[in-house]
Amino acid sequence: MTFLLPCPHCGPRDVYEFATTGEVLARPKELPTLRELTDYVYFRRNAAGVQREWWYHRLGCGSWFLAERDTRTNEVLEVELPPARASGA
Amino acid sequence: MRLPPRDGERIDRSRTLTFRYGAQEIDAFAGDTLGSALFASGRRVFSRSFKYHRPRGLLCCTGHCPNCLMTVDGVPNVRVCVEPARAGAVVRAQNVVGSLERDLMAVTDKIGGPFTPVGFYYRTMIRPRRAWPLYERLLRHAAGLGRVGGRPRRFDTEHRRARVLVVGGGRAGRAAALAAAAEGPGVVIVDEGDRLSAADLPGVEVLAPARAIGVYEGGLVPVDADRLLLRFRAERIVVATGALEQPLVFPGNDLVGVMLPSAARRLVEDWALAPGRRAVVIGCDGPGLDIAPILEDAGVEVARRFDLRERPVRALAAEGRKGRLVRLTVDGEAIDADLAIVSGGRQPAYSLLAQAGARVELDPSLGIFVPRELPPGIEAVGAVTGEVGAGATPAPAYAGPKPGGKRFVCLCEDATVKDLSRAVREGFDSLELAKRYTTVTMGPCQGKLCQLASNRLYAQLTGTDSAAIGSTTARPPWTPVELGLLAGRHHEPTKRTSIHFRHEEAGAELLWAGQWKRPHSYGDAAAEVRAVHDDLGVIDVSTLGKILIEGPDAATFLERLYPNRFADLKVGRIRYGVLTSDGGRILDDGTVARIGESLFYVTTTSTGSESVCEWFEWWNAIWVYDVEIVNVTGGLAAVNLAGPRSREVLGRLAGTDVSNEAISYLDARELTVAGVPCLVLRIGFVGELGYELHFASPAGEHVWDSLVGEGARPFGLEPQRVLRLEKQHIIVGQDTDSESTLLSAGMGWLPKLDKEEFVGKWAIELGRERLRERLVGFTASVGELPKEGAQVVVDGRPAGRVTSARRSERAGLIVGLAWVEPDRAQEGAPFAIRSDGATIAAQVALAPFYDPQGERLRS
Repeated sequence: MTFLLPCPHCGPRDVYEFATTGEVLARPKELPTLRELTDYVYFRRNAAGVQREWWYHRLGCGSWFLAERDTRTNEVLEVELPPARASGA
Repeated sequence: MRLPPRDGERIDRSRTLTFRYGAQEIDAFAGDTLGSALFASGRRVFSRSFKYHRPRGLLCCTGHCPNCLMTVDGVPNVRVCVEPARAGAVVRAQNVVGSLERDLMAVTDKIGGPFTPVGFYYRTMIRPRRAWPLYERLLRHAAGLGRVGGRPRRFDTEHRRARVLVVGGGRAGRAAALAAAAEGPGVVIVDEGDRLSAADLPGVEVLAPARAIGVYEGGLVPVDADRLLLRFRAERIVVATGALEQPLVFPGNDLVGVMLPSAARRLVEDWALAPGRRAVVIGCDGPGLDIAPILEDAGVEVARRFDLRERPVRALAAEGRKGRLVRLTVDGEAIDADLAIVSGGRQPAYSLLAQAGARVELDPSLGIFVPRELPPGIEAVGAVTGEVGAGATPAPAYAGPKPGGKRFVCLCEDATVKDLSRAVREGFDSLELAKRYTTVTMGPCQGKLCQLASNRLYAQLTGTDSAAIGSTTARPPWTPVELGLLAGRHHEPTKRTSIHFRHEEAGAELLWAGQWKRPHSYGDAAAEVRAVHDDLGVIDVSTLGKILIEGPDAATFLERLYPNRFADLKVGRIRYGVLTSDGGRILDDGTVARIGESLFYVTTTSTGSESVCEWFEWWNAIWVYDVEIVNVTGGLAAVNLAGPRSREVLGRLAGTDVSNEAISYLDARELTVAGVPCLVLRIGFVGELGYELHFASPAGEHVWDSLVGEGARPFGLEPQRVLRLEKQHIIVGQDTDSESTLLSAGMGWLPKLDKEEFVGKWAIELGRERLRERLVGFTASVGELPKEGAQVVVDGRPAGRVTSARRSERAGLIVGLAWVEPDRAQEGAPFAIRSDGATIAAQVALAPFYDPQGERLRS
């Protein structure tokens, strides 16, 4: 992987500057069933296509942001900072 | 024997140098390559071929073919035809047993042919299976390139940006570079030759000789600039790699003396060398045939010239003596010659474009493959686009008047027409499959001289056409690269604490702990343990991760992240905390001190500071609390002063009351110690009365010296391990792994399940009854020390593993931690440990051996 990833703060940078936790997951809102928790913790869609992901600019500004990336081509379609919400939402 | 001085020659006859070829001293002029100087010295055989050990001579003189690979100063596979001659260089032949003239392995050419078609070892060397390592060794010895060895060399990497990167310094490339430079700065041109001059290209940065290795994702172009890898990112990439002269396929087409026009041209024009005495020229296009007058000018007799555009040739074969060309037979006409200049037309060098995503298709009118549909940001200029002029298409392979003679399609891998025919008969009827089977196009030239030829032959053998056969996928690298260049230099930083040099001065044995260098001990670990127990010790713990969390929501934020409770933590108090994931797995541990109403000081493990900080930042990107998270690890030093005398010494250096009432266990205070403002945390990882002092890094040596001056004995990681095992204090990552949970690690008391939410709570609530193993303390009588990872055995079956074990002088026992089955987690339960063949009897010890009630810690 040598593609360029545009950080919302710093602009296009070599992907090796970033860390990722992979696709954005829907975290259960309240106590899930064991199956729901297992799905959330261990299972991924692993899409061959456009995927929304968390990225962290580890060797840069130190921000987490969201990116829409085509996992087949590594084309990054969109990046955005996470929404600023009311405390603890 | 040089020709008389010529206009435009590259050699400077006033400057001479010598290098060695084996035992021979070779004279060269400045401007010579190692190859041209060897040729001038009379050498004609430059290598022995990969498999059959046939003699091979200069073929292309452009650094593309495998024929001149030699070992230079211990570096294998150097293309000497383009490697500048250096005074004192030591050049050796490679892949020979004996010499280039008499290679004992050449027997494979005489007898091996019928028995060694491509892939023979997959079929004939399969039994007995045990013998494969032997076969493999023999094969590796018999076939191949140079041997890796010699002195290790250093390679570096640079990250570069350019507005326009031009690859190829021919006419079209230079014009493109100048045009781009007229529009603004940031233009770089890369050429594999050494002829480009910066003076001719104002405003352009010239990198030559240097080679673009490939075009990778995101338009990354790594450039090999002699032990320096330049990773280029350019807004525009202009590929001007030109076209590659193609050889012809006929019996004896690999004989020494068969050359491509480029080789003859360079020998004459650059180095004033006559490539032979009597030549035959056979060419498909103008550039190939234009060599005839150049040869005549150099005094070479051109016996015959065959223009395949005017009249196709039906039969063509070469005969040699001792591997060197002596006669060429063309359509029944035998011509004595020691030089044959052959040209099968020119094939655009499209690889970089194809790697960038261009489509490659056959141009039926030219019979060559051309790039189409260039991706954005990639341009092509010059011959690489397919503008190579009209020429004849040669036959895929010519036969001679009598059958026989090896016809090489691929010189790198010694693959012949027969090999490819056999592959087709065996069912490898797609070019990609055949490539993998025959390894045609997979040698050092990476298809530069065999891609087109193999395509044409395949089309003929399968009865289809070249367009249907297509071309194999172009992958980087398109030019041979030393592995060292790709590996680059090791850039992992070494982290040293601000007290590092004190440890060195004290004779500490330093070891790696993550990226940190830390003292293992100062020579006598047992004495250091005793000092902490009985008197006073000090350890540098600056490597601990240190994070400040500040803001109105700081308490709420931590409350939600940690399983423990922090909302009720009073200012000036400390709590041990463990971070878990949503899966309930232990991530890291450390202490959390509340040093202000909305200010917390968090410590992490030495390797965890960055990942914990990322973890905090990530959750706050989701929760968006009003907190600031700052990693202050590098800015602060920390030492742990531990032992019965620590209070007395701290009191003296702080000049204030540090009694148990003033600073009790798990208190955090800001004190000035030896004149340095410190955050003092009263905690006890090593199990004795102790204080962690955190303070600005630059004061590290001063604070250390002050404590040592009070009699504190420095102790290292090894005594710390003994001390903490006596207390059964775990180390996350050492005693736990990515599967460990709070319950399994014996910290069921820690999570506060009445909290509405924390990360990891669900897993505890849902996973309570699913405990599969438990981390427990154990003791064993002093004897064999169980290794880390040693197996726990119960009733003869594996039932766990040891994570840590040390001999405790104080206990007179081995103390350790191990994972066992949950039902064994009972005080005194026996089990066996198998370590290095020894069986050790151990028993579970749920309470720490040393100071089980923590009285010494609290005293």
